[in-house]
Amino acid sequence: MSIQPLATETEPVPASTPANTRTRLLTRVWHDRNGRIGLVVTGVLVLVALLGAVGAVPHDPIAQHPDDRLQGPSGTYWFGTDQFGRDIAARVAVGIWTSLRVAVLSVAIATVIGSVLGICAGFFRGWVDQAVSRFVDILFAFPAILLALAVVTALGTGWQNTAIAIAVVYTPIFARVSRGPTLSVGNAEYIKAQRVLGTPLPRIMLRHVLPNVSAPIVVQVTLALSWAILTESSLSFLGLGTQPPAASLGLMVSDARSTVANAWWTLTFPALAIVVAVIALNLLGDGLRSALDPRRESRS
Amino acid sequence: MRRTRDTAEPPRSLPADTENAGATGGTPAIDVRGVVRHYRSAGRGTVHALDDVSVRVERGRVLGVVGESGCGKSTLARLLTRLERPDAGSVEVLGARVDTAKRGALRRLRRTIQLVFQDPYASLDPRQRTGAALAEVLAVHGLPSGPDQVAALLEQVGLVPALAERYPHQLSGGQRQRLGIARALAVRPEVLVLDEPVSALDVSVRAEIMNLLVKLREELGLTFVFISHDLGMVRHFADDIAVMYLGKIVEVGPWDAVSDEPLHPYTKALQAAVLLPDPAQGQGGVEAVVTGEVPDAAAPPSGCRFHPRCPLAEDVCRTDEPALLPVPRVGAAGTPGSGEHRLACHVMRRRLAEAADAAQSPSQTTADTAGAAVRVEKKTGE
Amino acid sequence: MKHDPNTPQGSAYRNGTAPAGPAEAVRPAREPVLAVRGLRTAVRTASGPLEILRGVDLDVERGETVAVVGESGSGKSFTALSVAGLLPGGAEVTDGRVLLEGRDLVTLPEEERRRIRGAEIGMVYQDPMTSLNPVMRIGKQVTEGLRAHGWSKEAAHERALDVLGEVGLPSPRALMRQYPHQLSGGMRQRVLIACALAPRPKVLIADEPTTALDVTIQQQILATVSRLRDEYGLAVVWITHDLGVVARIADRVAVMYAGRVAELSGTRRLFTAPQHPYTDGLLRSLPTPAHPHQAPLPQIGGSPILLSDLPRGCPFAARCPHRADHCTTEEPPLLDRDSSRAACWFPRNEWTGKRLEVTGRAQDA
Repeated sequence: MSIQPLATETEPVPASTPANTRTRLLTRVWHDRNGRIGLVVTGVLVLVALLGAVGAVPHDPIAQHPDDRLQGPSGTYWFGTDQFGRDIAARVAVGIWTSLRVAVLSVAIATVIGSVLGICAGFFRGWVDQAVSRFVDILFAFPAILLALAVVTALGTGWQNTAIAIAVVYTPIFARVSRGPTLSVGNAEYIKAQRVLGTPLPRIMLRHVLPNVSAPIVVQVTLALSWAILTESSLSFLGLGTQPPAASLGLMVSDARSTVANAWWTLTFPALAIVVAVIALNLLGDGLRSALDPRRESRS
Repeated sequence: MRRTRDTAEPPRSLPADTENAGATGGTPAIDVRGVVRHYRSAGRGTVHALDDVSVRVERGRVLGVVGESGCGKSTLARLLTRLERPDAGSVEVLGARVDTAKRGALRRLRRTIQLVFQDPYASLDPRQRTGAALAEVLAVHGLPSGPDQVAALLEQVGLVPALAERYPHQLSGGQRQRLGIARALAVRPEVLVLDEPVSALDVSVRAEIMNLLVKLREELGLTFVFISHDLGMVRHFADDIAVMYLGKIVEVGPWDAVSDEPLHPYTKALQAAVLLPDPAQGQGGVEAVVTGEVPDAAAPPSGCRFHPRCPLAEDVCRTDEPALLPVPRVGAAGTPGSGEHRLACHVMRRRLAEAADAAQSPSQTTADTAGAAVRVEKKTGE
Repeated sequence: MKHDPNTPQGSAYRNGTAPAGPAEAVRPAREPVLAVRGLRTAVRTASGPLEILRGVDLDVERGETVAVVGESGSGKSFTALSVAGLLPGGAEVTDGRVLLEGRDLVTLPEEERRRIRGAEIGMVYQDPMTSLNPVMRIGKQVTEGLRAHGWSKEAAHERALDVLGEVGLPSPRALMRQYPHQLSGGMRQRVLIACALAPRPKVLIADEPTTALDVTIQQQILATVSRLRDEYGLAVVWITHDLGVVARIADRVAVMYAGRVAELSGTRRLFTAPQHPYTDGLLRSLPTPAHPHQAPLPQIGGSPILLSDLPRGCPFAARCPHRADHCTTEEPPLLDRDSSRAACWFPRNEWTGKRLEVTGRAQDA
């Protein structure tokens, strides 16, 4: 009899497949060479930033040591001192904290607002799309730094305001990045299937549209974080970001202009911190990009 | 939601008792009346996807819908499941209006009628595991959604519960379609619409899915609308078959009458082109039965929409649109409980009427109506 | 059956009277136009080379249509691409021969192979939408291939007009000036066939050319290709998964499974007395008019094979209802079975006797 009993499985599970194929996102990032480097360096930077934040640094970052001005790197001052005799190592640690804090807050705001706008535009289309797209076009029409300057000027200084200014710059990017994939996902049969199944609209958008457009958004987050660090540095450099005597990487680069000629370390270490942070976040984004594709989990 | 009777509609040739929608016993599972669905398409004009289509399916029966691309069969599926709304006409499922349903009614409706898609891969969220997809449907409708219920659903469609941990891309084509069916069954619907459920599958897997559908029908007593371009599959599974062409039903009736003794020239062409030739009769031959191509649905031909390709076309076919009317019967024929045989063709109706007249008298049929007459007599003789 | 007075050997073979014997002797005395011998093709994957074709044998004669059927992953499309020399990047022929009138295309220099491709082997693809250049007039697309093969402008133009008419397209002269989007799907597919046939190739390879078309249009295309095959003695290789198409146009059928030919039979014989249990299972799973209405269809159990994880022995053994111990240890070669060839250790009569009949399908007469 070639008819199989219908109630039984006709396509058995290959025995080699473990029952649970769930692999954590971070594990998958770890398996990507770029992702691993990005993950490690970002981790170190975050650790340093946290040490700076809680004050676990060899010297007070704002304490001036008039006798030790512009000292080169040594056992006492690892990265040397600046023109006020402040410890550059401590200031870099605190500066990383300041920069990351602004970057994380600004990108968080931009991601949430931008993605919601973009997903709504892509999913509902019509006038919603028109309104969002025009709004995005207008924001894009301004040079980024000019827009940030305008916002900071309007709101006043302070790290939260800096973050809001940067968020305004990056919101349209997230709107645009999330709108495109949503246009195609919104048309996908599995979204139609959810409508037929009676799944409420907010749930469809949260559980089915968002996860399927999340990959480009997540990658954009890491890229935006690195740009935000640069923007914060630029604003500080222009005197509109972190205010002295507080430490920020951009401010330190700005201050080093006058001293770099005869004290290279005043510029090198903060600049290096910016470069390392930007590269590390970019590598992490690369790793996330490949880790977020579910099809990478093999068939069995 | 009670139906609002459209007084402008022509009188229907339905038995009087089923007109009484209040009696639940008489309510058909599906009652589509005069639906029209046009799409405005840039550069093409208005595409007539469905034009005045009426069809009803009694509870527990299988309606097969067959036709080529652009005939409107998938549009019908979308109207039945409220993915779209008709421009005119009404759609009722188990006595409840689908096309005008509001929030609460629509929610109840989702538990009444469900849809299985053609491409099981495209209709499953690639980021959702099998088990989570089923649990979500259960939870959304306030049903118990634990691992036991998920396992029961998987087993109902012949999948082992261990597959709950898989992603769609880790399943085979047959497993995916079983999952698509399980998901539709999760809400315990009474009507299941299947839009080309086996067309995307390998030949050896199709039989599995067809057998699963037959089994589900027996176990759950579901009503099915089975949409396919494959007359062979439709013929195998359906109780009644509706043949569609360019947004119209051209022939509808019991499966054996429509598939084996088709009356409409288009159904005959489909039969010749789709059914596997009997090897005992030698090669099927490749003579094209109909010439020409399906006209643009944005500019359907005048009169009978099939007339430019029809071997029987006469002048009347070019000007008058044939109505879908019951085939004149000689005596009481047909399987009990099956729908009546209806046809939208001027020429074949006339030939049948002539044959029926001839059969009234005990004498032999005349030569020129012999073909049709033989078919009619064979049918009634059984 | 097809009537072709020019190939008496061919028809004798098709009627199943060819002598059984060693592999070469099953062939008719005359050399086939296209002969594929032990063709192996592999693709590079992350985990090393994966063999898609594991030794394909196939012959096509003048004026004959050989259908290659199989499910996804059986290797039917790769067979077509390997023969036509159009393998995608990362895939290459690793062993075997593709003989076009005795010349081995595998070992031929690239320049020579390029000349033969197109001129002597025409290829038609599945999707008529994407195979034509949307911004080029039909005339240009048909003549372009001819010009590349050294035809003069005037000769190419004349030939294009002729071939468009041959494939059943109305008013070729006007058509030459049209663009693809102005044509229907069926007309586009005819244009593609015209492009393939324009240089008068000896072999036409068609990879699922009618799958995307409606059944009534498909029927028209099948009729046209069959007519051209008879008129010009074309050797046609028709790749498809649709057994209905096979029954209508093929003289012989190669059923592929797991990168090899599982059965090679005359069409009528394949449908009446399949020699491989896989073919038998496929045919039984189809709902024929003889099958009882709504009764369960006999299905092939088990899961489709994974080429990356082939078992020892016969690749079909795990799903085969007639499997014996021997099947799981040694893979059967294509064995002669009366006038057919099948990669199964057991002749049909040894397993049909054991089978419980579950359908109303007629057994072989």
